[in-house]
Amino acid sequence: MDSIVKFSRRRLLAGAASASALSLTSPFIRTAHAAGSLSIGFWDHWVPGANDTLTKLCKEWGEKEKVNVKIDYITSQGSKLQLTAVAESQAKSGHDILQFTSWDAPNQAKNLVPVDDIVNAAIKKNGNAIDVSEYLGKVDGHWIGVPATNGSQVKGPCGRMDLLAKHANLDVVKMYPGVNGKPDKAMQDLWTWDAFLSAAEKCHKGGNPFGLGLGQTTDSVDWVGALFHAYGATLVDAKGNITVNSDATKQVLEFMQRLVRVIPPDVFAWDDASNNKYLISGQGSLIMNPPSAWAVAVRDNPKVAEQCWTFPSPKGPMGRFAPGLPYFWGTWKWSKNISAAKSLLTHLSDRGSIEQMVIGSGGYDIPAYTNLRDFKTWAEVGPPVGVAYNYPPRGEEVVSIAASPAPVAIAQQIYAQATMTKMIAKCTQSGESVAKAIGWASSELEGFMRT
Amino acid sequence: MENDVTRLQASAARRPITMKVFLRRKSTVAFCLALPLILLITFLVVYPAIYSMYLATLNKSMERFVGFGNFQFLFTRDTFWMVVKQSCIFAVTAVLFKCLIGFMLAHFVHTIPAKGQRKWRGMLLIPWVIPPAMSTLGWFWLFDPTYSALNWIFVRIGIDPVNWLGDPFWARFSVVLVNIWYGAPFFLIMYLAALKSVPEQLFEAASIDGANWWQKIWYITLPMMRNIISITILFSLIVTFSNFDIVRILTSGGPVDQTHVFATWAFNLGIQGNDIPLGASVSLFMLPILGVAAIFILRGVNKRGNEA
Repeated sequence: MDSIVKFSRRRLLAGAASASALSLTSPFIRTAHAAGSLSIGFWDHWVPGANDTLTKLCKEWGEKEKVNVKIDYITSQGSKLQLTAVAESQAKSGHDILQFTSWDAPNQAKNLVPVDDIVNAAIKKNGNAIDVSEYLGKVDGHWIGVPATNGSQVKGPCGRMDLLAKHANLDVVKMYPGVNGKPDKAMQDLWTWDAFLSAAEKCHKGGNPFGLGLGQTTDSVDWVGALFHAYGATLVDAKGNITVNSDATKQVLEFMQRLVRVIPPDVFAWDDASNNKYLISGQGSLIMNPPSAWAVAVRDNPKVAEQCWTFPSPKGPMGRFAPGLPYFWGTWKWSKNISAAKSLLTHLSDRGSIEQMVIGSGGYDIPAYTNLRDFKTWAEVGPPVGVAYNYPPRGEEVVSIAASPAPVAIAQQIYAQATMTKMIAKCTQSGESVAKAIGWASSELEGFMRT
Repeated sequence: MENDVTRLQASAARRPITMKVFLRRKSTVAFCLALPLILLITFLVVYPAIYSMYLATLNKSMERFVGFGNFQFLFTRDTFWMVVKQSCIFAVTAVLFKCLIGFMLAHFVHTIPAKGQRKWRGMLLIPWVIPPAMSTLGWFWLFDPTYSALNWIFVRIGIDPVNWLGDPFWARFSVVLVNIWYGAPFFLIMYLAALKSVPEQLFEAASIDGANWWQKIWYITLPMMRNIISITILFSLIVTFSNFDIVRILTSGGPVDQTHVFATWAFNLGIQGNDIPLGASVSLFMLPILGVAAIFILRGVNKRGNEA
């Protein structure tokens, strides 16, 4: 019997192929770090310590799932987060999970893994996602981004209780009290954009004007967008038709012609920090901003912070709209660890994780899900206690984003080019007529239609 | 004799070039030394430039070739022509003042005795050596819409505050001013080097002939510095036309787009507006114009070099 086994080249290759096939088909056995690693690019939070909470949540998940988690916090200053998304999509490589600012998730839809399974499961547990999250996060009927809690915000009024009472005889705490107070419904009904204008005029007269930016950055564009929505003024409708030349738009622009007279003359040059500084300095009586301005005032000017109160936006003929800015988490199609990414995003969409993020951000972060408006943080943070209780939109207040309901590709142009604040600047600062400002916007909008 | 030379050349041509001989050649050594820079420029300049040209020929969703379609579209937009006008005003005004200020400062520093000159040179170069993103932030605080340090002084001396960044005229003035402040030292150092190379005997001879200060400048200094002035203006024009950081930090192109230059508007369209091909087209618009300008200026420099 010949016991000698001869190894020919062919036999060796066949053996190697069998071994490879076996290794591919055999069940996956998890050992320490067997599930690989996951690289994440999250938005770098404004609120000190908020990143730590997110890191802790991810690390806990990583330890449980044996995944090595690596997080980069990327600032949105100088559009760095947007640049990262564009660079990674061009290079077809980068983070496994990336956080996207509002418009970037739908823009990258073709490059992102659909996440219907994660979001639909989260909706089942946490309630429906707000309309604006669906408008941006759902493309062709599929969720392409998971509504992110960290960074998602609304920019309602943050006013000085003392100055509003003194100059405008407006008791904002009576109108929108904290958790244990009884809201004055009659006052709330009277809280309209006309009442807002009247209060602005009185505060200007009293030497403490409202600080409302009219520049080209998000804070300016967002609150103006909510004003347009409140009057039913759309620049482009959902079908892509240019609708800017309407009575509603004229109404808004005429309203702004009156408002601009009573706010600081340099608001056309304001950036996202200017309104915060205006409130914190003690000069301004009201700004439209998340509670981050109040949080900085707690540190830098506690006397101002003690007098701050956040409450819903005024309402217009079409309703009460909160200026929203939702963020998303997404996974590239070329991600090396899609299953781990999805698992982490599922974990971060749990009520417990979301509450941790809201606590970590001092109430700044607004979850996208309607049933998650009852966290204690908003009722408890202070001073004054209750300052952020009315910050998350509840009841009649609808979260909106400027330039919606135009198709996203057009709306992003309107938003990025700040068409609405430029229209206002044209018919106020530049001294042009309302009709001419609308004519200019029509021409701009025609340019945004290119595909 | 001629046959001998031909024979020698032929035998040299037949002889194989050894590695040692090849490496000993001056041109080879020069090429090897320049190779890292050539590679660096290829990867960081040539490749991105060609890639952006490719991007500029795509449609908005980057799925279809449209040739010059993006440029045709831009030519129909009022905002584009406004940006062209502003970029030209910005670059020409800034370069003109940088050139004048640099020239005057160079003369001033040149007249200082050698002992104290180094201090002045160092101090005057400070704006140019600080990273512009940082120094522009300092200027932003001086011009801050609400808490401008300059306005604080103005108010105290009885002058009305100026809306530096909110008023279109003052916003344009501010971005040009900061660009001049940042770029003038470059002209200073180039002109100073040129001044030092002008032979003193020429000035002495002119003095003996009774030439006044202006005649010395006009007939000696300027002709001797002509090449340096041309090259410096060309370089500065290219850099100023493609400026991004100063406008981006100070005004972001506002109010109402009235301070946008090519680079900031390209960023606004391409990155913030998610229309990368259109952004690439805007950023490439000046390439042929500056290219032609560069050819003419460098041809003039070459011609004068040959005459010398």
